[in-house]
Amino acid sequence: MPVATQATIKSPPQYTEFHPRWYRPKVSVYWWLGERHYLKFILRELSSVFVAWFVIETLMLINALHRGPDAYAQFLQTMQNPLLIILNIISMFFVVFHTITWFNLAPSATPVRMGGKRLPDAMIAGPAYVAWIVISAFICWLVLR
Amino acid sequence: MTDKIVMEIARYSPESDHEPHFESYEVPLKREWVVLDALNHIKDNVDGSLTYRWSCRMGICGSCGMMVNGEPKLTCATFLSSYARHGGKIRVEPLRYFPVIRDLVTEIGGFMQKLKKAKPWLMRASNDQLTEGTYLQTPEQLDRYKQFSMCINCTLCYAACPVVGLDPVFIGPAALALAQRYNMDSRDQGAAERTATLAHPDGVWGCTFVGECTRVCPKHVDPAGAIQQYKIAAVIDWLKSFVTPRGRDASSHAGND
Amino acid sequence: MAKHESNEAFFWILFSAGGMLAALFIPMQLFLFGIAFPLGWLHAPTYDNLMALVRMPLVRAYLFVLCSLPLFHWAHRFRYTLYDGLKVKHLNEVIFVLCYGGATLGTIVAAYLLWTIR
Repeated sequence: MPVATQATIKSPPQYTEFHPRWYRPKVSVYWWLGERHYLKFILRELSSVFVAWFVIETLMLINALHRGPDAYAQFLQTMQNPLLIILNIISMFFVVFHTITWFNLAPSATPVRMGGKRLPDAMIAGPAYVAWIVISAFICWLVLR
Repeated sequence: MTDKIVMEIARYSPESDHEPHFESYEVPLKREWVVLDALNHIKDNVDGSLTYRWSCRMGICGSCGMMVNGEPKLTCATFLSSYARHGGKIRVEPLRYFPVIRDLVTEIGGFMQKLKKAKPWLMRASNDQLTEGTYLQTPEQLDRYKQFSMCINCTLCYAACPVVGLDPVFIGPAALALAQRYNMDSRDQGAAERTATLAHPDGVWGCTFVGECTRVCPKHVDPAGAIQQYKIAAVIDWLKSFVTPRGRDASSHAGND
Repeated sequence: MAKHESNEAFFWILFSAGGMLAALFIPMQLFLFGIAFPLGWLHAPTYDNLMALVRMPLVRAYLFVLCSLPLFHWAHRFRYTLYDGLKVKHLNEVIFVLCYGGATLGTIVAAYLLWTIR
């Protein structure tokens, strides 16, 4: 059965009784720009890039510590570069976006049943948020004391 | 308050068209009318060639799924009045990510094949006899899978899932949720038989938890949740395979294939 | 076929663990070192204080895990974003190596730095 492409059709379309030509729409590579929910999904996935960026920065920090007090002072100064600060502010948004979407989605994957019924999602996400706050406070205290 | 609303409906006739085009129809804007009522009005009074699927008109058969203003919807459950405020136009197209046979009718043969791959039937380790009595199940055991059993195969989730559109061999939300429905059923003993299809790049691993399937599902099946739960089960299964030797052929074959 | 199945489960575990770690630990650390200290909102720790912290075995282990698993989280997520977002699934092998290879490289760097710090 001949496969007709849109570009090459010049003659009238073929139609046989038991093989009507189905229309097969192509999915554009820009599929994710067309809809709010798709865009939100792709942004959520791209948050992983900023997670990786954080790791790179942390490795830079550890490397500076490795080299000595001067290197550390140099590192702190480099971090004050306005471009880096802007990048880190953007990273902050994405990293927090990751945290929130992660905690909100995790209950779907790990339903907890008690007394024969499934616990509401908030009861699983809630403790995660609490853990986040406690851990953040602890890190703060550990680094600043 | 206008008493009419404009419907822009995708038309495609394989005998004469190379691709779909839109035609506009004006229909009465009755308060209790749904999009399906408008389509029936057009077919009965304006253009008898308009082709679409529908049946129960009450949201249980799953036949009337279409894209309404870019969203997968059951047209029997989508009121015209919801769109009257936004400039009063309703665009109706066939469900996304499926080949189109004619007008609003999609080719769902591929979907049916994918459903079958999930082996959506009870599988038992041995051939049980009726004389042994019925299977017993507590309300709590039922509750574990009941949500996933509510699927009406309307394929709205396939129209919502970008992976379905990008990867035609991805088995898709409904089939995966259905497989999980049987895996979680206490009467079923066939989880091992489904593993090859599910724990596969075209199975659950193709899913990136976009979550659109769950958002559009008219029966609140939460296929995304079912898939993530299976991912965790697959991981536990995989970890276990290092501890215990597993012979897949050892599990006895049950069910039609 | 069976081999490919099991690979995916492994990478998904890494993705999940990395994602959970990133969600819990990264925001505050990024805020401190990326925003608060550079902008002078809070005083950065002195070299000696920070080194005292980093020398502790538990902190080193934590930093190693923090610099490794989130990279694998990125690798897995980015790999699928390239497949779906850019429709480049045909570059399967290249993407696989670049993503997980990159994560492995970062892990090795982290291991070296944290093991040899004095």
